[in-house]
Amino acid sequence: MIIETAKLNLYYGKFQALKNINLQIKRNLITGIIGPSGCGKSTLLRVFNRMNDLIENVRITGSVFFDKEDIYSPLYDIIMLRKRIGMVFQRPNAFPLSVFDNIAYGPRVWGMNDKMVLNEIVERSLTAVDLFNDLKDRLKTSALALSAEKQQRLCIARLLAVEPEVLLMDEPCSALDPIATGKIEELMQELKKRYTIIIVTHNMQQAARIADEVGFMLLGELIEFDSAKKIFTNPRDKRTFDYISGRFG
Amino acid sequence: MTFRVGPRTNQIIAYTALLIMTVITIFVLFFIIGFILKNGLGQVSLKFLTERTTDMGKAGGIFPSILGTLFVTLLAIIIAAPIGVGSAVYLVEYTKAGFVRRIISFGADCLNGVPSIIFGLFGFIFFVITLNFGWSVLSGGLTLAVMILPTIIRTSEEAIKTVPRAYREISYSLGGGKLDTILKVVLPTALPGILTGVILGIGRAIGETAAVIFTAGSSLGLPTSIFSSTRTLAVHFYILAREGISMPKAYATATVLIIIILLINFIAYRLVHRFIARYY
Repeated sequence: MIIETAKLNLYYGKFQALKNINLQIKRNLITGIIGPSGCGKSTLLRVFNRMNDLIENVRITGSVFFDKEDIYSPLYDIIMLRKRIGMVFQRPNAFPLSVFDNIAYGPRVWGMNDKMVLNEIVERSLTAVDLFNDLKDRLKTSALALSAEKQQRLCIARLLAVEPEVLLMDEPCSALDPIATGKIEELMQELKKRYTIIIVTHNMQQAARIADEVGFMLLGELIEFDSAKKIFTNPRDKRTFDYISGRFG
Repeated sequence: MTFRVGPRTNQIIAYTALLIMTVITIFVLFFIIGFILKNGLGQVSLKFLTERTTDMGKAGGIFPSILGTLFVTLLAIIIAAPIGVGSAVYLVEYTKAGFVRRIISFGADCLNGVPSIIFGLFGFIFFVITLNFGWSVLSGGLTLAVMILPTIIRTSEEAIKTVPRAYREISYSLGGGKLDTILKVVLPTALPGILTGVILGIGRAIGETAAVIFTAGSSLGLPTSIFSSTRTLAVHFYILAREGISMPKAYATATVLIIIILLINFIAYRLVHRFIARYY
């Protein structure tokens, strides 16, 4: 168990976005969170690296454990948390910097200025996302010139450069075409060997293809959490069945 | 009875009216520049640029005024740019959007609309008299800094606000702190906008007359320290014309001033575009 929540509630002002969430994420698996738009799945994902802290008027009750430590305890080091739990965003958001500087951003923030080491990190990170051969001669060019898929790979590489343990992916393929999506999914299978991945998606086929375990959320509640196989073939809850069979959502 | 025209005629009328307005704008601009250049360009020579002023400006060059303008403007920018950008960062990144920020922005807008002679009066009373800096490059530079500060704050503020929220989130998600995020992501991304504000500030400072005549003085000597009194190009031009000393020299001075401002704008925009083109 790498991440665990207990009686987690989250409020945006008066609106309750997460209701009594209890879930357990296992190490080195891909956990998918599915549900219709507005069900709170992205909010839940942002609880894990405390991204919601950046939004005003957010209140959280209950607890979230990462490696057995409560990340919402007042003394917990958020900066360290965000290094260990990285995030891939919906849109491929490369900084308007060169390919090299994009990837070196995290390590530099962490105080690494040795050119040799940075070169190594950039090469290793780009290799991990299968982009190095493509870009090794273009490290100094703008990252914004890359295609959407390559930019998303670059964003993943930028994340790997800080050596996280968990990758949070917030609909990482929603801005990509089906072929690019397939390639990113292959990459995720590869990354799973070394990282724990939690992916939010409203694409059920995607969850079925890549996730080991799946949680189904509706209106802020975690309706059902089980192995992907169980969720997609024999769900316990009628609402889960209705959703995966396309009755709503 | 109402007068009606068809939509097609309507279009033609609107198009013509808008075109005429644009032509008037461009005509006025080119007329002014052309008029000054026509009267002044013939007088401008290397000697005029490099010689000291003699006989109150009737003869000689404008070298002391070029130097004075340069020093006063440079001082103003060196003071105003960091303070302005710093304030903008503070306003956008460290205060919540709300009442206080609105008040400060409103204040900056009001300051922007204050006539420059008021700044001149303030500079005279505060820097020249109270702080006893006298008529000097220092007093002039400080006064201009105060005057262009609102411009720099407001343009920087807008530039920083347009940096996508996603960039900040990514930086935080990689473990970046607030300062890292501001220095390495927000400011570089906002730099073209910030530079535009600084250029606007330089443009205002370099051509300013009322605010510096009270504070930098009108000495024709070569400025040798920040406590020297000096006469900027705009002030020199004003005195030459106002006191009927020499209209040809006045036009020549105006020509030099205009060319400097055009040059600064041109170079600055090239720089900004080169910067943008690098990664966008």
